[in-house]
Amino acid sequence: MSDLETKPSDATAAGAQVNPVENKFTERLSHILGDLGKNGIFIALVLVVVLFSILTNGILLRPQNISNLIVQNGYILVLAIGMVMVIIAGHIDLSVGSVAAFVGAVSGVFAVQWGLPWWLSIILSLLVGALVGVWQGFWIAFVGIPAFIVTLAGMLIFRGLALVVLGNANIGSFPTEYRALGNGFLTDLFGSFELDPLTLGIAAIAIIALFVSQFRTRRARQSYGQEVEPFAWFVAKLVLVAVAVALFAYALATYKGIPVTLIVLAVLVLIYGTVMNRSTFGRHVYAIGGNLHAAELSGIKTRNVTFWLFVNMGVLAALAGLIFTARLNLAGPKAGDGFELEAISAAFIGGAAVQGGVGTIGGAIIGGLIIGVLNNGMSIMGIGIEWQQAVKGLVLLLAVAFDVYNKRRSGGR
Amino acid sequence: MSDDRTNILEMRSITKTFPGVKALQNVTVDVRRGEVHAICGENGAGKSTLMKVLSGVYPFGTYEGDIVFEDEVVQFRDIRDSEAKGIVIIHQELALSPYLSIAENIFLNNELKGPLGLIDWNKTNHEAAALLARVGLKENPTTKVRDIGVGKQQLVEIAKALSKRVKLLILDEPTAALNDEDSDHLLNLILHLKEQGITSIIISHKLNEIKKVSDSVTVIRDGKTIETISKTDVTEERIIKDMVGRDLEHRYPDHTPHIGEEILRVEEWTAHHPQDPTRVMVDDVNITVRAGEIVGIAGLMGAGRTEFAMSLFGRSYGSKISGRVFVKGKEVKTRTVAEAIENGLAYATEDRKTYGLNLIDDIKRNISMASLEKLERFGLVDDGKEFQVANSYRTSMNIKAPSVLAKTGKLSGGNQQKVVLSKWIYSDPDVLILDEPTRGIDVGAKYEIYSIINKLAAEGKGIIVISSELPELLGICDRVYALSEGRITGELPIEEATPEALLKLMTMEKPR
Repeated sequence: MSDLETKPSDATAAGAQVNPVENKFTERLSHILGDLGKNGIFIALVLVVVLFSILTNGILLRPQNISNLIVQNGYILVLAIGMVMVIIAGHIDLSVGSVAAFVGAVSGVFAVQWGLPWWLSIILSLLVGALVGVWQGFWIAFVGIPAFIVTLAGMLIFRGLALVVLGNANIGSFPTEYRALGNGFLTDLFGSFELDPLTLGIAAIAIIALFVSQFRTRRARQSYGQEVEPFAWFVAKLVLVAVAVALFAYALATYKGIPVTLIVLAVLVLIYGTVMNRSTFGRHVYAIGGNLHAAELSGIKTRNVTFWLFVNMGVLAALAGLIFTARLNLAGPKAGDGFELEAISAAFIGGAAVQGGVGTIGGAIIGGLIIGVLNNGMSIMGIGIEWQQAVKGLVLLLAVAFDVYNKRRSGGR
Repeated sequence: MSDDRTNILEMRSITKTFPGVKALQNVTVDVRRGEVHAICGENGAGKSTLMKVLSGVYPFGTYEGDIVFEDEVVQFRDIRDSEAKGIVIIHQELALSPYLSIAENIFLNNELKGPLGLIDWNKTNHEAAALLARVGLKENPTTKVRDIGVGKQQLVEIAKALSKRVKLLILDEPTAALNDEDSDHLLNLILHLKEQGITSIIISHKLNEIKKVSDSVTVIRDGKTIETISKTDVTEERIIKDMVGRDLEHRYPDHTPHIGEEILRVEEWTAHHPQDPTRVMVDDVNITVRAGEIVGIAGLMGAGRTEFAMSLFGRSYGSKISGRVFVKGKEVKTRTVAEAIENGLAYATEDRKTYGLNLIDDIKRNISMASLEKLERFGLVDDGKEFQVANSYRTSMNIKAPSVLAKTGKLSGGNQQKVVLSKWIYSDPDVLILDEPTRGIDVGAKYEIYSIINKLAAEGKGIIVISSELPELLGICDRVYALSEGRITGELPIEEATPEALLKLMTMEKPR
């Protein structure tokens, strides 16, 4: 299969007749440029990483710091996954930070005060998160109160309930297995090596899986006569991603191996990526956000979809609360403070549209990583929290402004 | 003051192009000072576009040609520019804010202020009352606009125009939503304003109205000026000939009906207004459709056509809905849209952009939107099959787009409509309800849409076409129902359906 065979599927509709050679070249160029535009967020992440590795004299990219980056931002990334789905449907969730705190506190009661087994505590905590989602989803989807109001109320309600559960004290000393969720490593299970073979093995498998799936998708598209990108560009992109994954894995392997949080995240990204891209439910979410009326008149059960989106958000907020609590080994009243804003920022930096209908799981993850690198880089540089806040706010504004500008330029209506 | 000889407005060879469509081509219109000038043409002929050019909605630079107003070439950047010169346009869709009072609406963005820069309410209401007297509207200026009827709202719009010291008043289909009494009042008002020296342009395709009020008529067809006729030469025949132009026979594809068994029967269908359940919007409607039959529903605006269709289609409209639906002789429930689709109904909306399409998504996903379950494999949507399905519709429906991955927001109206139709054809219904299927579509694409409708009927589907264009109904249907005030007032086989007979039924009022 050579790229020479790929043609636009309809030459006549494309418009003017152009010299074929020139046409092919400009077409390829425009494809690459278009791709760069689509992957602008990815490039932004690379730029931020390069910038801060220079500013921090390379500390940013030290194995230990890379590992920390993942673990410190894990809960934001978990929230960002649920948040971007909510935003795509045209809603918002302001309550996730409070819900995370509430569930963290509840899990403390389960695992520490009641002494339930760690796995049962985790399951029950996730269930509590689901119930919170049922509560908020009910008001939003079936009563029709705007999500902004319901979750603003939820923000107060669940922060309050977290304090009630904690009873003016912290709950601490969680079981080891529970704590692994926040700061465990896979090597802990298999003993430790100089260069963790498990990490390298998993990375190798991941890279192979990536190649196989990408080639299969490309093959399938060609067989359906769908236009595909030039072969060289396709391979170049794959190799770039593979190298990035390999370097990342090598860094982890020289430190402690793969953090449990990363495994959780990877599983979530795979599942939710598939849900949003390939499942009927995901399609319905995009349809609702793109045009609620059209979705309704196409037979989509818009209320049910909205309801389950918030149940899902509740579960993910609970998971984020567990990871955070596990990491601190402490359920405290200040937990989850400002998480909602970081998760919302991640979704918007990652290309979600305020009006709904647009956004991706991958974009939200990268948006979250950009925020993470900013936090981490600025902390290493010794920049105060006050300036960190200001810079993050500015980045959010610029990211969305860039998006708006891009859309206007491309003539989107 | 008013000199009959001079032109207040000259539009000289105006050309306006949209991507892919030449909406106006060298259109020239001269309007004399103090006259009522009618501009008529079919839907999509370019009347509204022309008026948008004139009022600055399409700013200077986006069109070619010159606009000369009061002997001076004008270059409007926006509506405010044209209003400053005394040109006020009143659109088909009224632009009033429902929760503000009449007076507030009249002086919106033109507020009467006191010494401190605060709104002077006494003066506002007093002057509003004076303006209302001028347009003959007996309402308190503090009444909220949503509490008065459409006819009165139209008068408020005119009062608003008068408050801006209007010299040239443009009315876009002013009587489309009005009953006869309100229409008469409005037309008389236009004549009354003419005596006060206000020039009007009235856009309409109601020939009797045009004959009643206008001093000259300019006919536009397919974006071109055909001719300007002065009052003494105006005849309905001449206007119709100018408007239609081509051979009437060939505007609609040939259609030989093969009518089979009854496929849809609706009995005693009644629906009430969603916010005001005391208002009956659809009143005891009984209709039948047979396989292979194209059935028209004719009715004036506000007759309840869309309300009927949407209440039938999964109760998407209305409250307190009652009645029975039979598909292929079996009674079915249509309580939700999903249920209606499942039971073989499909409804293509009159408003594609608001209710029909996800404009920010591609053709492929819009077509599959109502039938994703057909594409599921192992619980996931089969991308490749979806692409193939969409591509086959792109070919068979002749959707003009570079690929099915093109966003529907960038397509022309005709192509958007084909995407909507593809979506519903893919859902494989027994009965398709098409609400204004050719609204805002150019003539060539209309013909294609009619051919698609014929093909669907030939496949044995039942088709309901709702349209406000009588020629369209007469051109494609096998049978036509007339709807008035929510009631079916008659039913005519196509052989007996004449515009006169239908209009009589469409305007038949409830016995009171």
